[in-house]
Amino acid sequence: MEAGTKKEKMGFEETELRLGLPGNGATTHEGAEVARKRGFSETETETTTVDLKLNLSSKEPGRDPTTEKLQKEKNCLLTADPAKHPAKAQVVGWPPVRSFRKNMLAVQKGGPEESEKASGNAAFVKVSMDGAPYLRKVDLKMYKSYQELFDALGKMFSSFTIGNCGSQGMKDFMNERKLMDLLNSSDYVPSYEDKDGDWMLVGDVPWEMFVHSCKRLRIMKGTEAIGLAPRAVEKCRNRS
Amino acid sequence: MQKMAGSSFPEEVLEHVFSFIQDGKDRNVISLVCKSWYEIERWSRRRVFVGNCYAISPRMVIRRFPEVRSVELKGKPHFADFSLVPDGWGGYVGPWIAAMAAAYPWLEEIRLKRMVVTDEGLELISKSFKNFKVLVLSSCEGFSTVGLAAIAANCRNLRELDLRESEVEDLSGHWLSHFPDNYTSLVSLNISCLTSEVSFSALERLVGRCPNLRTLRLNRAVPLDRLANLLRRAPQLVEFGTGVYASELRPDVFSNLSGAFSGCKELKGLSGFWDAVPVYVPAVYPICSRLTSLNLSYATIQSPDLIKLVSQCQNLQRLWVLDYIEDTGLDALAASCKDLRELRVFPSDPYEAEPNVSLSEQGLVSVSAGCPKLQSVLYFCRQMSNAALRTIARNRPNMTRFRLCIIEPRTPDYVTLQPLDAGFGAIVEHCKDLQRLSLSGLLTDRVFEYIGTFAKKLEMLSVAFAGESDLGLHHVLSGCENLRKLEIRDCPFGDKALLANAAKLETMRSLWMSSCCVSFGACKLLGQKMPRLNVEVIDERGPPDSRPESCHVEKLYIYRTVAGPRFDMPPFVWTMDEDSELRLS
Repeated sequence: MEAGTKKEKMGFEETELRLGLPGNGATTHEGAEVARKRGFSETETETTTVDLKLNLSSKEPGRDPTTEKLQKEKNCLLTADPAKHPAKAQVVGWPPVRSFRKNMLAVQKGGPEESEKASGNAAFVKVSMDGAPYLRKVDLKMYKSYQELFDALGKMFSSFTIGNCGSQGMKDFMNERKLMDLLNSSDYVPSYEDKDGDWMLVGDVPWEMFVHSCKRLRIMKGTEAIGLAPRAVEKCRNRS
Repeated sequence: MQKMAGSSFPEEVLEHVFSFIQDGKDRNVISLVCKSWYEIERWSRRRVFVGNCYAISPRMVIRRFPEVRSVELKGKPHFADFSLVPDGWGGYVGPWIAAMAAAYPWLEEIRLKRMVVTDEGLELISKSFKNFKVLVLSSCEGFSTVGLAAIAANCRNLRELDLRESEVEDLSGHWLSHFPDNYTSLVSLNISCLTSEVSFSALERLVGRCPNLRTLRLNRAVPLDRLANLLRRAPQLVEFGTGVYASELRPDVFSNLSGAFSGCKELKGLSGFWDAVPVYVPAVYPICSRLTSLNLSYATIQSPDLIKLVSQCQNLQRLWVLDYIEDTGLDALAASCKDLRELRVFPSDPYEAEPNVSLSEQGLVSVSAGCPKLQSVLYFCRQMSNAALRTIARNRPNMTRFRLCIIEPRTPDYVTLQPLDAGFGAIVEHCKDLQRLSLSGLLTDRVFEYIGTFAKKLEMLSVAFAGESDLGLHHVLSGCENLRKLEIRDCPFGDKALLANAAKLETMRSLWMSSCCVSFGACKLLGQKMPRLNVEVIDERGPPDSRPESCHVEKLYIYRTVAGPRFDMPPFVWTMDEDSELRLS
């Protein structure tokens, strides 16, 4: 049954412990209806009772109630429908170019002054969080502000709460006393390593500058970030 | 010949016969004939390919095949290449290495794709397998040059070390010096993904003392003026990848290089060419006519230089190139390279909406007309038409792999402004042996109807920003009999098609769906009903049961397995299983 055509050697040689030929013996578990390949309209699901009448030779795009229901259900997604993104917003993983090639292209286009780091198209930096066993990577070019970055980081490390970082929060952040409060709490504080190898508090510099100088991110416990504070506060003082 | 008693040959005879059969699928068939054939086969199987490392456990493989010499494993889903699989998802090879270190002391070959390998793992490999010969790490990550040093130092019989496109933490280039002075068995070395410099003198000495070296792919850090020396030490090379192919033009360097290339009489494949400058390209002209494979996909040379080059490569079978080649270059390719089997055209500027080069559908049409053996295509472009696709389909019914990426999602036929359903429909209708297909552009459910109807040999399908309803997914799942891998992103496919075709999923290796419309409830149901599938929900917003069941999951990865749910998942992955409790890692 398997012999069939001699397929080109793409390495399709699986250790197939036969699970049983499809269509036979597959009904040993309950819910056999689900195992049938046809009978689309008889689908059992817990979430919908719509009887989908399929007209396979239909020439019009389906305007059946299920599509509308799907649209409603889609709206409960927290992330926006990509189709509604502005046309030029960069979509993750599209076009499908491998990161190795992407970085190579960026360096080639950038020229010598930008070739230190993949620029123009992607700025991947590693993100570590104290206590988390996994390193993550983010592309800083995907975000336009610190707030967007913090939101994304918050989702990635869901137990991580940054002290208030709205625009008022940013002002607070720069305010020495409030900064000290934050650093003394058990909240997490994002820090980054810049081009010079120094560790700084995130939020110090204008966003664009940050994207260019950030080499990696570390989300530290507030209490550990104390050592970083004075420099950040110094810089703030010098600026204001 | 002794007379047949009952129905069996002596075992030794059967074993000898089986030794001529290498293909895993054929061996699987053999093993089904009867119990004694199953036994003989399993003791004599030397190669195992596991297309999804979570489909089976190392223990089960070892139990069935105790005398394996060569293992190939694949880990992460293909869309991991495009950053759609978050870091930490899995694909750890550690448990496999540990199990094999104990069970397969005579293991010779390990080939891994999209897996996480550590330095400890590499060290364990280097110390556990006395006859270790081949290490291929394709798109892997998690290790550094420290691990490579262990391999170099300990694997006395190493033939092949191939790091293609892996992400290596490059701590220093000195790992290469760990190959002992009396080590001479290198046949293939691919370090093109490494970023730091390797020690040139160590490299030259290594190349010089390995007379069987056939493949050498350098990394970008090797300067052009070093190439001649390396080539002269290895005139027997068949495949060579340069480093950065740019330098100030110096006539002595040029002639030295050209002479060195000419001296390699067996050279059939070239790659590398990072940042290639036109002045040095002619150094390879003397050998162009012998070339069967050319990877210029990192070469920033423009169409006129590309034309001069490919026009001399009459025996070219495979070309990878940037879209700098433009339509005119592809016309030249079509005219000169009648033996071409595979063409890949990569985008030089994929993130700009406006085209930076004059490359359109026309180039591909030309090649499809001029190259009768063309069967594998990967083509990035900015415009396409149904008419062009129809022409390509009619020209090349022998096409087996067709991957088209129109850069802007949902781009219609630029002439008629219609969806590209009919064009792709023509592809699947005419190309009856099509095994792999990637879609792009504006597509309705119609295209999936064509695929389900015609693409009977299709094994892998990639879909993005396409379709209108569950009907599309249903067509594919119910129609494509040989489908093994299906990967979908940003399509309005949801619960119904998935649940109605649940049994189909057990006949496939895997299904990936991200940014679609599959609800958490449906995932749970599928996990409950299908114990031989792992239904993994990947969601970085937090536990799916903290949201309504009708909410869509971010990403879904479903694969068949005999090993049950895995236990190495990160906090953002949940397996839906029979207990319908959420299992957190």
